[in-house]
Amino acid sequence: MKRIHAIHLAGYAASLALTLAAFGIAKFGWLDGALALVAIGLAGLVQAAIHLRAFLHLDFKGSQREDLQLLLFAAVLIAIMVGGSLWIMFDLGHRMM
Amino acid sequence: MTDTTTDAQGVRPHAGIPLEHPDAETAHATERAVFGFWIFLMSDLVVFALLLATYAVLLRGNTGAPGPAEVIELAYAFPETLLLLTSTLTLTFASVALREDRARGVYGWTFLSLALGAGFLALEGAEIAGLIGKGHIPQVNGFLSGYWLAIGTHGLHVAIGVVWGLILIAQFWIYGFCPAIRSRLVRFSLYWHMLDVVWIAIFTVIYLPGSLVS
Repeated sequence: MKRIHAIHLAGYAASLALTLAAFGIAKFGWLDGALALVAIGLAGLVQAAIHLRAFLHLDFKGSQREDLQLLLFAAVLIAIMVGGSLWIMFDLGHRMM
Repeated sequence: MTDTTTDAQGVRPHAGIPLEHPDAETAHATERAVFGFWIFLMSDLVVFALLLATYAVLLRGNTGAPGPAEVIELAYAFPETLLLLTSTLTLTFASVALREDRARGVYGWTFLSLALGAGFLALEGAEIAGLIGKGHIPQVNGFLSGYWLAIGTHGLHVAIGVVWGLILIAQFWIYGFCPAIRSRLVRFSLYWHMLDVVWIAIFTVIYLPGSLVS
């Protein structure tokens, strides 16, 4: 089998395992409370990273420098806007109680 | 895999499925278009991130029932997830077939991916019809507004993707495997794979925590 197929199939198998684990935690209550939320969040983050590497072929060894800068810029934007929104709105919600 | 720092024409490729280009001009044009498309994808990602942040904020501004526990059903979300994940795999087969100039592979795998995407949309349609049937419409409370907004925007993207993919198949059929249309499939696959990444964020933030509460 060609290497590119191997990368795609490995990405699919890993994603499937993480998806099943995350849904299993939610459906069958394998973990409780905050631990379950953390495990589901981690599984989602790892799966997103696997998708970026295996399916979108994001790889900074072979590609151009602008790709890295673009991704970092988007990550900074998301961190500021999402983090800032949640911080302000939850703080406001807390003060309204 | 021919992942090297530069391809045969000495062009450093942007992230995406690596294609063989007939000449340096085509290589440059394709890479430029792929980078432009990455900029669009990142802006789209910012939109989805903010929709999920909006959901998280509205989730707490909930004027009583119905909350996530009454509304969210993993019976829809789970098969939807499997359909979208599998369509991502089958579309990589189409990209590899394109790299190797296997026309039947490109048609077959692209069409299968679109069919799986249509299956996702059918399930999501059934889920939304069920919500409407129970009176769980966006106007009811903050949670439902955020929920409809997030899954609706994603579903609209998938629907646009299915139409785009069908147009792409028609263009391959009419114009053949010329460089301009080959590079469109590269961008289409980036779009499709990114939508699956967005779906991971949606089920991680909305569906799974929502069903935990129950």
